[in-house]
Amino acid sequence: MSALSDRPANPVVGQTIPHESAGLHVTGQALYTDDLTVRTHGVLHAHPVQAPHAHARITRMDTEPALAVEGVVRVLTKADVPGVNDAGVKHDEPLFPDEVMFYGHAVAWVLGETLEAARLGALAVEVDYDPLPALVNVKEAIAAERFQGATPRMERGDIDAGFAAAAHVFSGEFEFAGQEHFYLETHCSLAMVDESGQIFVQSSTQHPSETQDIVAHVMGIPSHEVTVQCLRMGGGFGGKEMQPHGFAAIAAIGATLTGRPVRLRLNRTQDLTMSGKRHGFHAQWRVGFNASGRLQALDATLTADGGWSLDLSEPVLARALCHIDNAYWVPNVRVNGRIAQTNKTSQTAFRGFGGPQGMLVMEDILGRCAPLLGLDAMELRRRNFYREGQSTPYGQPVKDADRMGTCWDQVTKTGEVERRRNQIATFNASHPTSRRALAMTPVKFGISFNLTAFNQAGALVHVYKDGSVLITHGGTEMGQGLHTKMLQVAATALGVPLSTVRLAPTRTDKVPNTSATAASSGADLNGGAVKNACEQIVDRLRGVASSILGVHPSDVRFSDGTVTSVGGGQVIPWGDLVNKAYFQRIQLWAAGFYRTEGLHWDSSVMHGSPFKYFSYGVAAAEVEVDGFTGAYRLRRVDIVHDVGDSLSPLLDIGQVEGAFVQGAGWLTLEDLRWDESDRPSRGRLATQAASTYKLPSFSEMPEVFNVALLERAHEEGAVYGSKAVGEPPLMLAFSVREALRQAAAAFGPAGISVDLASPATPEAVYWAVAEARRASEHGHVTEGGTGVVPDQSTADLRPAHPRSEQATNAATAGV
Amino acid sequence: MAKISVKVDGVTYSDDVEARMLLVHYLRESLGKVGTVVGCDTSNCGACTVHLDGRSVKSCNMLAVQADGHEVTTIEGLADGDTLHPVQQAFHDCHALQCGYCTPGMIMQATSFLKDNPTPTEHEVRVGMEGNLCRCTGYHNIVRAVLAAAGEGGGSQ
Repeated sequence: MSALSDRPANPVVGQTIPHESAGLHVTGQALYTDDLTVRTHGVLHAHPVQAPHAHARITRMDTEPALAVEGVVRVLTKADVPGVNDAGVKHDEPLFPDEVMFYGHAVAWVLGETLEAARLGALAVEVDYDPLPALVNVKEAIAAERFQGATPRMERGDIDAGFAAAAHVFSGEFEFAGQEHFYLETHCSLAMVDESGQIFVQSSTQHPSETQDIVAHVMGIPSHEVTVQCLRMGGGFGGKEMQPHGFAAIAAIGATLTGRPVRLRLNRTQDLTMSGKRHGFHAQWRVGFNASGRLQALDATLTADGGWSLDLSEPVLARALCHIDNAYWVPNVRVNGRIAQTNKTSQTAFRGFGGPQGMLVMEDILGRCAPLLGLDAMELRRRNFYREGQSTPYGQPVKDADRMGTCWDQVTKTGEVERRRNQIATFNASHPTSRRALAMTPVKFGISFNLTAFNQAGALVHVYKDGSVLITHGGTEMGQGLHTKMLQVAATALGVPLSTVRLAPTRTDKVPNTSATAASSGADLNGGAVKNACEQIVDRLRGVASSILGVHPSDVRFSDGTVTSVGGGQVIPWGDLVNKAYFQRIQLWAAGFYRTEGLHWDSSVMHGSPFKYFSYGVAAAEVEVDGFTGAYRLRRVDIVHDVGDSLSPLLDIGQVEGAFVQGAGWLTLEDLRWDESDRPSRGRLATQAASTYKLPSFSEMPEVFNVALLERAHEEGAVYGSKAVGEPPLMLAFSVREALRQAAAAFGPAGISVDLASPATPEAVYWAVAEARRASEHGHVTEGGTGVVPDQSTADLRPAHPRSEQATNAATAGV
Repeated sequence: MAKISVKVDGVTYSDDVEARMLLVHYLRESLGKVGTVVGCDTSNCGACTVHLDGRSVKSCNMLAVQADGHEVTTIEGLADGDTLHPVQQAFHDCHALQCGYCTPGMIMQATSFLKDNPTPTEHEVRVGMEGNLCRCTGYHNIVRAVLAAAGEGGGSQ
């Protein structure tokens, strides 16, 4: 075991405990950013002026009529930006645009004494637009060749030789939808000005340091004049990684110009129409198998629907390319990626960050090709699993590859898969109007930020004279339980009871230069930093204790609030030792730091070992489809997921359950629709409320839902032997989609291949059933011949630059 | 403006409110009861659920003036001093929450539901809670918590 992963005796990590804020949540005492508004004196409210065009040039704006509205205090426009008019890190996201880039784009903001005054003021702002042609879906953008950003290519082996030697070559296309985050707490920032012009922004943000960077460069001031705090978020899911910055900057401008606190909280319609979503993708693919169904070659071109600006599209695309293999060994690979620019919201991070999109392409390929190969889809998947010693297409050895097989076998056994498959066959033979199917799919997901620089974290640990402990770290809490885990890590590393440790909210003036709480890496990175800080303090206290106990410092043990020598004997209470140390003038606080070791990544050739390790999981899902309507039920789900040695089992199982259901929502229910007509409303998001955008609810829960964590799963490379959990289980929901495909196919003759749209809504399933019944074709998969030839970039490849050049931005902001 | 008198979490308030003010905004902005939150604005998510005379209502879906002369209980008034209501305790213990934003509404709906049906089946819990959305948990632990609370007599309180 490594020093990082080794657990002491009686660790607090690994204990089954509730969420650290559970007591506050169940009594309504937990504070979110907007709850601070009523506690703040003299707050102004911000309301956007949203453009009613998908693409247009602003030809005139008159804000005077708004100022005539009672209660309107100020209208913010481009002229009010003291620094850089840019809400992002790519210089392509003007905070106040001259050119409207999507329907609902905010062109100005009105500040009012009440939200109602600001709303009426926004209606009074006069704006003239010169409408421009708009591209509102990815196929239109491909046809128009309107792309943005990098065009990465990932290659291994000899693609032509791979196809030449393949016994079967299939090709097809696949376009699938994005997903709205629908965190229950909408975007919110509350900004105020401290003495001497310093800005304090409370923001619902997953990335306080970047919110700070953007506020600083918009305000034209150095970062040390901006403090960002995030108490907690009412859900984030990636939607608050990049998107909060502009809203925080608007509030900061408003607060600076008026001298009063400014609250900017989006209502749900504004949040849905203004903030980015998961990228939908388009894929063209050719795949080769040998006679026994082993993958030989994959040639694919993935086009991400990026929306109007780059945002996080480049790293999302990179992760999609790095996950198209999912769990499968493919010797010869060529995958091209590109980002369409469309007149829609700027699509962004969403749990999985491109990984789900890449993997969905592969799982769709396998689901469609299995019948054509004459193989059971379950067998086809299992047969192609990575084995120990094999590497991903980008060159990283697949460590612990055997865990996929272990998870698979455990699900097969505990899920009684063989027995149930027989039952399903019997059911289908005796029920003419409905069909059942059971599908199993694996997940392999790389953990670490693709961009190596982000794999660092900081923490601050204070031990007060009375022995009580206060910790702060760079990660944010959005419900995932990061703060709970950090308390457990600190209590374990200091050898004190959990109740001795308290955690203070995430603030940029406590821990600087933090990475986003994203990429599932929150506990790995911040846990490493908290542990490091605690160990510095413990090492200092060892010296004090050793002189009292009369033993060598390395023989002092800290456990459960007592300090002893390794052999027992005299016991020093933790508080007493701390107090003695204070009087000896021993430093009782420490700043901790962690950097993930062993990572390297060359984005220009998409090669290296960007991930510390892989997380694994397997799900089996059984569905029943009604042949008349396409309506379906999710009868049972069995999951085995690898979280290493869990830091907090109750929380980790909760993450697996929640991620699975959210993934099932993306793949089966959640249907984003933009107006693609030529009417003036072209580009308008039609699904702009929970009444039209269907979220998973109680009624879509699996009827039986069994989740187990993989046992004996110690991970050497992470804090206390644990593994990340936030994103990977989302992709277990592929099992639901594949089960629906197989149930639909079961309405047709044996061995038929069917296409299934994504999301697989009941309507989409109905069309798949209809296709199976026609039985005239195998969906739209082509075997042999020319088929679909993935587009190859004709221009020079533009490598994916590190996503964040904010260091440069900060320099221009006057640091 | 309309004059209303409403008892909220045991305290009677008399206020002048705009006739169109929603109950949830009255609770949050006038009374500072920010434990009750706004989620979707369209009465789909139930995050704003409170009790009106002991029965659950979505407070974004009624006006403050409609509460005139009635008794409102929010999540902040559910516990008996430091003793949590059995439903609160069950949500705490079963990890029936993650980000916590839906939790007040879920608990207020669950307590109302259990009053009507103190010994529900799992299926009845799912149907009874259907009007409340959670984006984090996948609902599994929420169902467990409601069933656990029922077992602890949560329906009789």
